[in-house]
Amino acid sequence: MSDLAVKAKDAAPPSAGASKTADALAARLDVLTLPKGGFTAAARADALARLRAMGLPGPRDEYWRYTDPKAFNAPIPAPIPIEDKAPDSPLFTDLDSIRLVFVDGIFEAAESSDLSGEGLEIDLLSQADQSGSHWATDLYGVLETAGQSPVKRPFAALNTVAATEGVLIRVTGKPSKPVHILHRRASAEADVTWHHVIRLEEGAELTLLETGMVGARSNGMIEADLAAGAKLHHIAAKRAGHQKLGFSAIFARVAAEAQFKSFSLSVNGTLMRHEGVIEFVGDDAVAHIAAAVLGDGAKGPFHHDDTVFVTHGAERCESRQVFKKVLKNGAKGVFQGKILVKPGAQKTDGYQISQALLLDEDSQFLAKPELEIYADDVVCSHGSTTGALDETALFYLRSRGVPKERAIVLLVLSFLADALAEVEDEGLRSQINDRLEAWLTRRAKV
Amino acid sequence: MLKIDNLHVKLEDHDKQILKGLSLEVPAGEVHAIMGPNGSGKSTLSYVLSGRDGYEVTEGAASLDGQDLLEMEPEERAAAGLFLAFQYPVEIPGVGNMTFLRTAVNAQRKRRGEEEMSAGDFLKVVREKAKALKIDAEMLKRPVNVGFSGGEKKRNEILQMAMLEPRMCIMDETDSGLDVDAMRLVADGVNALRSPDRSFLVITHYQRLLDHIQPDVVHIMADGRIIRSGGPELALEVEKNGYGDLLTEAG
Repeated sequence: MSDLAVKAKDAAPPSAGASKTADALAARLDVLTLPKGGFTAAARADALARLRAMGLPGPRDEYWRYTDPKAFNAPIPAPIPIEDKAPDSPLFTDLDSIRLVFVDGIFEAAESSDLSGEGLEIDLLSQADQSGSHWATDLYGVLETAGQSPVKRPFAALNTVAATEGVLIRVTGKPSKPVHILHRRASAEADVTWHHVIRLEEGAELTLLETGMVGARSNGMIEADLAAGAKLHHIAAKRAGHQKLGFSAIFARVAAEAQFKSFSLSVNGTLMRHEGVIEFVGDDAVAHIAAAVLGDGAKGPFHHDDTVFVTHGAERCESRQVFKKVLKNGAKGVFQGKILVKPGAQKTDGYQISQALLLDEDSQFLAKPELEIYADDVVCSHGSTTGALDETALFYLRSRGVPKERAIVLLVLSFLADALAEVEDEGLRSQINDRLEAWLTRRAKV
Repeated sequence: MLKIDNLHVKLEDHDKQILKGLSLEVPAGEVHAIMGPNGSGKSTLSYVLSGRDGYEVTEGAASLDGQDLLEMEPEERAAAGLFLAFQYPVEIPGVGNMTFLRTAVNAQRKRRGEEEMSAGDFLKVVREKAKALKIDAEMLKRPVNVGFSGGEKKRNEILQMAMLEPRMCIMDETDSGLDVDAMRLVADGVNALRSPDRSFLVITHYQRLLDHIQPDVVHIMADGRIIRSGGPELALEVEKNGYGDLLTEAG
């Protein structure tokens, strides 16, 4: 951990054009009221120093070649009118859960459950940060810092600097209900930042759901620390509307025999970037990260980028990355995924697949799979495919009387099935499947 | 029932003529077999009749019960009563066999203006028909054809046929890749569906399938045309002497 943090500082020498990016960063920070922080004060100050050293990203940065960060760099996002009615209601609302509602990124106590539950304790960052001590001191900005090497992640550092809202969840047992974080939009201008810290103690288990509509622009982050034998099942199904700018990151530190599973569903959005950074620090652990992405460029640009980095720093760990993107009408998908196997991480089982289904010739998928392996007894594989609908399968369905539009919906769902299979809970999975089906059916008629 | 008149078909992307004036009529209740050497156009005929993309009809006509098949989309042909049992049934991961069957059955009913089948009724019927084909519950639950053996895939085709109750069944080399037992199961499934108002066009390379599914008429196809038609004895002749003599004769 600590040696990585040191490297992160070393790895950020001032580059050519540094003054220009410094100006851009100054302008970006200028519009923010930066909190001093209580227990987070040191982490925030450190993150600010790191952010100043690395600057905002530009197209020359290796991990921003396929995604233009301009809209994330801009001091203020363009407002997005609130739609009178969203076509779908948020997912999982009928579920018995510990519900935490955020309106334009600010916690809304009146609509939320009590912040207590069996086997877990929940604090609000905004309240906890008024005091100088908290269990989350060891984690806030700490996992983010570790994840800055070898790849710079300026927006994650910015998040640590600027976030005032979020929840700090410490799980000691196996709560019977999931924690459901539900976002809602109320203003057209909101530029929303949240930072959740989740600590699962030894053997603890949690299902964490994130849904709803976030602001005109958002920067959301989760730092998740899994102690030995803990299990975290994270499902994000945030709705983006049609003009949304969203950056999100999840940093996970996974100890021995722990299981981390994260699935995200993304539908629409102008510019979305999701970074998953996972590190195994104990043996025999498992981490799966998966996404199903649907993009339609018909109502404006669509660009979705998943950038994943999995570090195997322990023996016999299994990692699995499954990313599926369905793109049409000029939509663009990006996947950058890396598996790093450190020296001594023997018997690593690393798997990565990224696939795009292009429903027309205007859409585009850019993939950069990477493996870097320093142990000699490992199994690692990666694959990436880009293709059109299987004409033979389409004809097969139609020859049975299934109308063309319906057949396409079935084949798209079939394409996404491997990613959806990463959602363990059958009930949650079928809700997601139904949502996808409704979206696809609606779009098929356009 | 099925009437094909002077059908000329070429590949859409290539200047290659595959069917060169094929005529054929299958009356209601009859089983017709088409035999012929590789490359004679048998599979193309089945695809063109069922509406697969990639072919261009340059001349001629094909109709089912007087309806012009060539003007219809594949799903319309299916609803009109046409069914093609594929030589290579397609695997569709992530779509359950049951969901697929029910979607197909109800889509056809809807198109014909009939009431959709309820989940309960459907389940009852499908179980009964699956049992006769030795298709177990596990196979019904699995994604369409995924992980099925060659025999299982072909039996699944016959199950679809039994559920959809088409008027005109085209079977494209359904015997290929089947062992003797599997072939008998498939043939029994087909024979159970024979009725005075249902017809079959059985495309095959070999005579053995015709031992199990007795045809009324056998056609020999070569170079995009029917070169000879006759009774079941014609199949036996081919089995004994090969296609050579017939081809020479047709010259």
